[in-house]
Amino acid sequence: MNLSLKLLPLTGLSVWIALLVLPFVGVRRAALIGAAILFGGLFWSAAIRVSRAAQRSPRVGTLWDETGEFFRAIGRWRPAARLRVFLFGIVTAFFMAGPLGMNNYMIDVLTLAGIYVVLALGLNIVVGMAGLLDLGYISFYAIGAYSYALLSTRLGISFWAALPVGGLAAAAFGVALGVITLRLRGDYLAIVTLGFIQIVHLVLNNWDRVTNGPNGILNIGRPALGSFVFSRPIHFYYLILAIAGLTILAVNRLNRSRIGRAWIAIREDEVAAQAMGVDTTRLKILAFALGAFWAGIAGVFFAGKFAFVSPESFTFFESVIVLSMVVLGGMGSIPGVVLGALIVVILPEALRGFAGYRMLIFGAALVLMMIFRPQGLIGNPRRRIELRPQGEDLKTRGRSSANGGADV
Amino acid sequence: MLLQQIVNGLALGAVYALIALGYTMVYGILELINFAHGEIYMIGAYLGILLLTFFTTVGLTQNHLALSLVLVFVVTAVYCAGYGLTLERVAYRPLRHANRLSPLISAIGVSIFLQNYVMLAQGSTDKVFPHVLTSEPITLLGVPVSPLQIFIILTSIVLMTGLHLFVKKTRLGKAMRATAQDKRMAGLVGIDINRVIAITFVIGSILAAAAGVMVAIYYGLVNFFIGYVAGIKAFTAAVLGGIGNIPGAMLGGFILGLVESLGASYISSEYKDVFAFLILIVVLILRPSGLLGEKISEKV
Repeated sequence: MNLSLKLLPLTGLSVWIALLVLPFVGVRRAALIGAAILFGGLFWSAAIRVSRAAQRSPRVGTLWDETGEFFRAIGRWRPAARLRVFLFGIVTAFFMAGPLGMNNYMIDVLTLAGIYVVLALGLNIVVGMAGLLDLGYISFYAIGAYSYALLSTRLGISFWAALPVGGLAAAAFGVALGVITLRLRGDYLAIVTLGFIQIVHLVLNNWDRVTNGPNGILNIGRPALGSFVFSRPIHFYYLILAIAGLTILAVNRLNRSRIGRAWIAIREDEVAAQAMGVDTTRLKILAFALGAFWAGIAGVFFAGKFAFVSPESFTFFESVIVLSMVVLGGMGSIPGVVLGALIVVILPEALRGFAGYRMLIFGAALVLMMIFRPQGLIGNPRRRIELRPQGEDLKTRGRSSANGGADV
Repeated sequence: MLLQQIVNGLALGAVYALIALGYTMVYGILELINFAHGEIYMIGAYLGILLLTFFTTVGLTQNHLALSLVLVFVVTAVYCAGYGLTLERVAYRPLRHANRLSPLISAIGVSIFLQNYVMLAQGSTDKVFPHVLTSEPITLLGVPVSPLQIFIILTSIVLMTGLHLFVKKTRLGKAMRATAQDKRMAGLVGIDINRVIAITFVIGSILAAAAGVMVAIYYGLVNFFIGYVAGIKAFTAAVLGGIGNIPGAMLGGFILGLVESLGASYISSEYKDVFAFLILIVVLILRPSGLLGEKISEKV
């Protein structure tokens, strides 16, 4: 394919986009954006051509297909078993000992990441394993946080006693919401859970007598063990590390259990699962309850760490952030979800310089991820073996048989 | 008081209904919640304010009010259609055969992208348009009513009637209904599915643009996050009326507008959003297919 053929659609695209953004950004910046798209596209196309030539592999087609192939090629890389154990050891050692040498800011970022790891793993039960799109997941986090806030400030109950109470309270709400909504089909479920987070947010904001409205609840008791009180960031870091470790263990066990398999069956084909004797309603409610439980635990920790809760922290947007961690990392894959949570929390901190642009990039990344790598950064290996997405199936099968079936 | 609240509710409902139509048409054809549709409405409202400001600085609004309003509507409609088309082409078409979650998350990504794009380009503060369009309230049945509200209600009724006739009477409308019923079959009888879907997005975007411009004129103020709440409400309206059902979206929009406006003035203004969602949840439990939706058995 010669250059002029490729130049035409690219020029068209850049003019089109420049026209679209014109009234918002003005003539000069619109021209810049158009030029950036044109030259960026040319550069990308040249880069892909060079990499193709270097690999001596045939071209797959348009620039779009080539881009897709580029991302799939990255995804096909799997570390060997021994390397994987080694990597796991390094990562574990880093999270065990690394923060001892960090400053408080970095420790706080990692602690926050820990909270999100727990949240994302909990949501992964609902979305990744059982395939139920819950957009109101953060409401359970809010219920956990406010449970501890109220128990601590009103009744003086300790953190450790509140931890299970917060988790169970959230789980109870999960069951209640599940019983009401799980008869609905997937998309309706999404919208009702979205309505639920709105209602929870409004109640927290307006029920002044109990929640103190937008001002939130202050002076929540800090966790203590005997006479040792958790006060420095590093204390909280190790606490959330322990909680996250526990969550990973529990979710891993679930994943490999009969229940986990039943959830995956429901996710893949609910009617077929039902026909095979899976009690779908009960298991879906169970997924909701267990997911909510971990959110409740994370919420209690959140209240204990910051000693302050307000409705600000519990919005639909937070739900979307947690959902994006699950999707980005790889739905149903535990290492993937952990990685997703770490990236979404840590990357924006690292990119402080791009503060304004980071949500813009984040939105675009979600779209690109869905198009080019829907299984996430670390796809679920079991899913890859058992159930390949149909669209990709034909293409990759053709190719993997060509290079000796090295894919799976 | 009651009558005035009803007029308020109808005007609000007309806006919800116009946005809801975009959701319901796309859902009817693609079974996709187009989360970014609220942002199209926001972009419409922004363009409305930007164009009005522009026309005022060049002096068009003062001398030819009607002409400038028509121009604002047309230009905004064209632009929003462009955004809708691009959105479909970039974020949804590549995912047409993916699993159900992927397009939804892609839609959420687009929504975040568009919000932040407008925020970066136009700033996060309210964009205000100096009210040149205020006019004396007229008295209707003994109640003072803003002519703008009447304008909003009438315009939306005209647009909705137009849409209804288009879908029921024209060849293209027939193709749309066929595609909504069965994409594969429609493709086999020679309907260009991609074209029908693109047209659906264009129509939905134009209606959202109209809603956006009317809100911009009415309130004289926009912000980059208005699309989010309006989008959720409009989607609620679409589900309330029976998603995929065009008259249902109109009915749902008006009901939601009335409930909000009456609930806010007679029960509690802080909890007005709660009423909308409670009604949604109750309707979904009692009648999962919505008020006008037909009962559909799940496809296996």
